[in-house]
Amino acid sequence: MTTGSTSRRQDLHPAGAQERGGLLMEGVTLSLGDGDATVTALDDVDLAVAAGEFAAIVGPSGSGKSSLLAVAGALTTPDAGRVLVDGVDITRASSREKARHRRERIGFVFQSGNLIPALTALDQLRFALDIAGKRTGGGHDPRELLDRVGMGHRVGHRPHQLSGGERQRVGIARALVTRPAVLLVDEPTAALDRARSDDIVTLLAHEAHGFAVATIMVTHDHEVLSHCDRVLSMVDGRLSE
Amino acid sequence: MFLAWRELVFARARFGLMGGVVALIAILVVLLSGLSSGLVNDGVSGLQRLPVNAFAFAEGTQTDSAFSRSTVNVSQATAWKGRDDVGDAAPFGITLVNAKATTEAGAQVPIDLALFGVEPGSFLAPAVSDGAGLGDLDGIVVSQTVLDEGLAIGDTVAIDRLGTQLKIVGTTGDQRTFGHVDVAYLPLRSWQQVHAGAGPGDEARAGAYEEVTAIALRARDGDQIDLTGGDAAAGTASMTLDESFGASPGYTAEISTLTLIQVFLYAISALVVGTFFTVWTIQRKHELAVVRAMGASTGYLMRDTMIQATVILAVSTAGGFLIGVGGGAMLATTPMPFALEAGPLVFAALLLVGLGLAGAAAAVGRIVRVDPLAALGGQR
Repeated sequence: MTTGSTSRRQDLHPAGAQERGGLLMEGVTLSLGDGDATVTALDDVDLAVAAGEFAAIVGPSGSGKSSLLAVAGALTTPDAGRVLVDGVDITRASSREKARHRRERIGFVFQSGNLIPALTALDQLRFALDIAGKRTGGGHDPRELLDRVGMGHRVGHRPHQLSGGERQRVGIARALVTRPAVLLVDEPTAALDRARSDDIVTLLAHEAHGFAVATIMVTHDHEVLSHCDRVLSMVDGRLSE
Repeated sequence: MFLAWRELVFARARFGLMGGVVALIAILVVLLSGLSSGLVNDGVSGLQRLPVNAFAFAEGTQTDSAFSRSTVNVSQATAWKGRDDVGDAAPFGITLVNAKATTEAGAQVPIDLALFGVEPGSFLAPAVSDGAGLGDLDGIVVSQTVLDEGLAIGDTVAIDRLGTQLKIVGTTGDQRTFGHVDVAYLPLRSWQQVHAGAGPGDEARAGAYEEVTAIALRARDGDQIDLTGGDAAAGTASMTLDESFGASPGYTAEISTLTLIQVFLYAISALVVGTFFTVWTIQRKHELAVVRAMGASTGYLMRDTMIQATVILAVSTAGGFLIGVGGGAMLATTPMPFALEAGPLVFAALLLVGLGLAGAAAAVGRIVRVDPLAALGGQR
């Protein structure tokens, strides 16, 4: 099911980057609500995204894109099917185990960055490492990573001192600093203009390939899809190429 | 700790305001604690400094005013003395009187005294830091607070209406008061005469020299007195020394009032801290959802918030106590009954911090209910 330009990905791997397992979803079904108000958010979804692949999911509001991210990100348990992240089955994990999978295997890039107001750009990354228990090793060097995403000159700035695009760059670096196997990106360009949207998605594509991270981006923005290895469409909980 | 400390610095104005409120409460707690200690000293320090474990009052005496109502016979001391667990027993009298002191310079100073009648040479006789001890029938040993009011050893005191002349022969060197009145020890026989209302040269009524207020009891070393058994044998109703404080004038009412105010302050402190952290948690709900989506455990977030609460409470309580102790030290030099004592202050500080943490803990329970799913989407 996976597609993409493997040779290009391998060319962009930084020295020492290792291939990790990606994301695999099989027959995933998720219903939301109760009784007559029940909605099938995900309907028998199969999806495989390999390490280093950058996949986009598009679809109208309410089609199930966020539910897919929630299930893939161990935020919600599906009613049926199974989810493997980095080769580990997280489908029936307890809340505590899900939290551990999130900090060890999954990175999130949220709308508008969703940075912590009290923390500088550098501390956003250090905090992610602290949560993951990787402050003394196991993650990327926060300064180097900020440099890599073009934020090396703003390490001491807090979110309110950064532009929307800069916040997203820090958000991407924060999601990658713990070396996740899967990167889940939620509408990263929702609050950005055209030029900045292109910059951010280009950066995401570059880092997904460079760090060999299986990346799924949910978006409404069709203008940025050219940067993606694969585009999937979601309608009424059903996923199609 | 990573996020806790940075948030404290970043939101220092908010945390500072909350800390300011806790500091104000801490100041009030110090002042009330000092006032409580001062009132205890003023009310019962005369009793506290007696080498006594219990008092045996007359059977059937109302317990909250036993020192003013009880009359026992001196011979009842003998019944107590004979008991195995009693090291010593001695008759003891208390009477409050109005008097006028005449200084060496001839000035007349009105003074109230709590006359403690004790047998010279008994275990109740006070040690003196200056002057002479009890001996002469007209000689009294006074609390240091009497001298602080301008009187001196050698001055005479005339009891109002009776005209009995007593001479200050020594001082205990420390504060000894009873019911906010300075204590003066005098020989038991002189006390019995004053108690019977007999002036100089008058013959006291029959039986006056057999009566005292209570029998003071001291336990044999390492023993605890069997008060119930002793009461049955001696025909008395006894109380431990601590219980007897409630029998001094106004003591229970004063201490109850202040304790109630302190309890309210502690409750307010827990409520203020709890409310602050509730609002703080609600305000950060989306941020907490993001952090939980990043994989932070509930324990990690609760620990972070409790560290914030501990830092705020410790710093603001310490600050409030320092200011309170500074202000209290000035109050202690005034006639106001105020005393700063380390024990009650440390207890009050720990209680303030402890209850504040309990309030914070109740508030941060909300973190458990923050759904990491809320981090997705555009809601903020």
